[in-house]
Amino acid sequence: MKKLCALLLATLALGAAYAAPVNIEFWHAMTGKNAENVQLLCDKFNASQSNYTITPVYKGSYIDTMNAGIAAFRAGQAPGILQVFEVGTATMMAAKAIKPVYQLMKENNAPFDPKAYIPTITSYYSTAKGEMLSMPFNSSTAVMYYNKDAFRKAGLDPEKPPVTWPEFFEVAKKLKASGMEGGFSTNWISWIQLENFSAWHNQPFGTKANGFNGLNTELKFNGALQKKHLQTIYELSKDKTFIYGGRENKANPLFSSGTVGMHFESIGGYANFKNTCKFDFGVARLPYYPEVKGAPQNSIIGGASLWVFNGKSKEEYKGIAEFFTFLSRPEIQALWHQNTGYLPITKAAYELTKSQGFYKTNPGPEVAILQLLNKAPTENSMGLRFGYMQVIREIEDQTWEDILAGKISVSDGLDKMVREGNAKLREFERLNK
Amino acid sequence: MSKQYEFPSKGLPYLLVLPQMAVVFVFFFWPAAQAVFQSFFLQDPFGGKMLFVGFENYSTLFEDPAYWASFGRSFLYAALVAVSAMTTALFLAVQANKPLRGAGFYKTMLIWPYAVATMVAGVLWIFMFNPNIGVIAYFLKNSLGFDWNHLLNERQAFLLVTIAAAWKQVAYNFVFFLAGLQSVPAALVEAAAIDGAGPTKRFWTIVFPLLSPTTFYLLVMNVVYGFFETFPIIHQATQGGPGQATNILVYKVWRDGVVNLDLGGSSAQSVVLMILVIGLTVAQFRFIERKVTY
Repeated sequence: MKKLCALLLATLALGAAYAAPVNIEFWHAMTGKNAENVQLLCDKFNASQSNYTITPVYKGSYIDTMNAGIAAFRAGQAPGILQVFEVGTATMMAAKAIKPVYQLMKENNAPFDPKAYIPTITSYYSTAKGEMLSMPFNSSTAVMYYNKDAFRKAGLDPEKPPVTWPEFFEVAKKLKASGMEGGFSTNWISWIQLENFSAWHNQPFGTKANGFNGLNTELKFNGALQKKHLQTIYELSKDKTFIYGGRENKANPLFSSGTVGMHFESIGGYANFKNTCKFDFGVARLPYYPEVKGAPQNSIIGGASLWVFNGKSKEEYKGIAEFFTFLSRPEIQALWHQNTGYLPITKAAYELTKSQGFYKTNPGPEVAILQLLNKAPTENSMGLRFGYMQVIREIEDQTWEDILAGKISVSDGLDKMVREGNAKLREFERLNK
Repeated sequence: MSKQYEFPSKGLPYLLVLPQMAVVFVFFFWPAAQAVFQSFFLQDPFGGKMLFVGFENYSTLFEDPAYWASFGRSFLYAALVAVSAMTTALFLAVQANKPLRGAGFYKTMLIWPYAVATMVAGVLWIFMFNPNIGVIAYFLKNSLGFDWNHLLNERQAFLLVTIAAAWKQVAYNFVFFLAGLQSVPAALVEAAAIDGAGPTKRFWTIVFPLLSPTTFYLLVMNVVYGFFETFPIIHQATQGGPGQATNILVYKVWRDGVVNLDLGGSSAQSVVLMILVIGLTVAQFRFIERKVTY
């Protein structure tokens, strides 16, 4: 009998040692080719060790995914890893529902050197002290796309895209004069023409280092420079040198159909344009106003990062930490970067991709990386940290449409955006202080 | 003899409605109570912090001129959707009710749009009217010289979502009107015809009054549809824009709550909307139902 017991115990112990791997769910919002690449990364990680299984689960759009995460957390069923778009950063931070990544890595003795990452990318998801709160996953930034064929037709040098805004507007007029329906368009008036525009010119978007230094921050993007910029675009909309194509990324067809010759869009849209544009196009840095001191600074990112919830078991945390270490490896980052078009999060991955000759055939993504690395980020260009960011962007979109429809002047419109946005910031401050 | 059926025991009828009541309680009363409760708080979406603010969410709403504008817009929208969807459907049903070759085919085609999900209907319309790539927008611009741009023109945007919402509802109304028309006794219409009443007179004095229960039912359903169920169309076609030109109450509730994560404000809005629709339905039953002949 004793022997039997011992045998049983031994089997149990063995069973424990060879227990099924700890399963960790990773909720994401990637579709199509990007989703396949999420699966690929997880498969590679799962094959690389036997203690943990990362299971990617598609949860719908960014908003759907965030809502699913919130609902699951409230029900005590939170996933191990949740992908949240950059707009949700302040909400996640304030939530007290998360385990900061720097803590997670430290507690699990995972090799983690914040300096290995591209600073403009990690700063967006770090505290003012540089403590990384979430793991950057898919990052992009805004760039200018231009139609090289249209440049040739208009007698412009296709290898010399405009560098400054005054040059840009002249080129736009010439493109229109050459027979195009319009000169230029832009996606994301909020993210590109206000947020990135401000960072690129080293102008504050809000006080308290764009919200990094406290909840009592106030929006400030109604400065003279922003007003001048939007005023120029508004003036050019009257004769259709600028054509408005809708909110978010809805203006893309204007560029891919050849209606306009220049366009602003995320570098994340590069692969899409490669598929849809039947002409030769180039990618260039965002233009700047040469009279602004310090411009160009660096652009800021968009995209999403990975958040970890609190209240998980030790094994799960260990698995997540290992997964994050795995994700940061240069070869993994380079793979993700080259397959999806999103930017690599470490400098090593950039160097690796460069040495592999990837940018010779894909010059676009390198423009974006160099734009992010242009200068060391300042407090105006680290990123943004505002509560209710989604609402603030919506206010910007609505008001911009009212401006274009002539219902409100550019100057009053920008003041209104700031005023209404500030009211939401006060609400967020009141709730979270 | 009483027309009413008497149950053998008193408990049985309650037992029989119990499953239905349970569903209503779980899916209507409980969430409605939650909305009322949450409308008095500022809330962190993760449920970590709740700050009691009394009626502040409501006063913020009513001090916002944009909210009042959304009110007026929603009424106009629901009215336009209901009237256009019902008149079109009634006209089509009357035509389809006549003996004609291929009636079955017409009927099938007219009912078909009802099978289209509202979200899909929105996508269909946005594709046709997209100022940059839409077929109809292209036709308007290049053949008629009309510059269609609902991305910036408020009236066009409003018109687009109204037509799209009405189009979707015509099929539903058509089915009911057709059924209603088929239950109008032929003898009555024939008798009137023998007495010398023309087709128009026959329709307005006999058919239309006899249709009134159907019309009333559809009126209630269409108003509710206009207020509540059309937000996928707005979401797909305009997202409430340009500016706030198509931001109707129910879309604002959804957007502020689900997209913008402002749970308190969104709850306050849904409470207001709930009171509004209850009021509207009561009014319809009190004032319009009197004119209905069953």
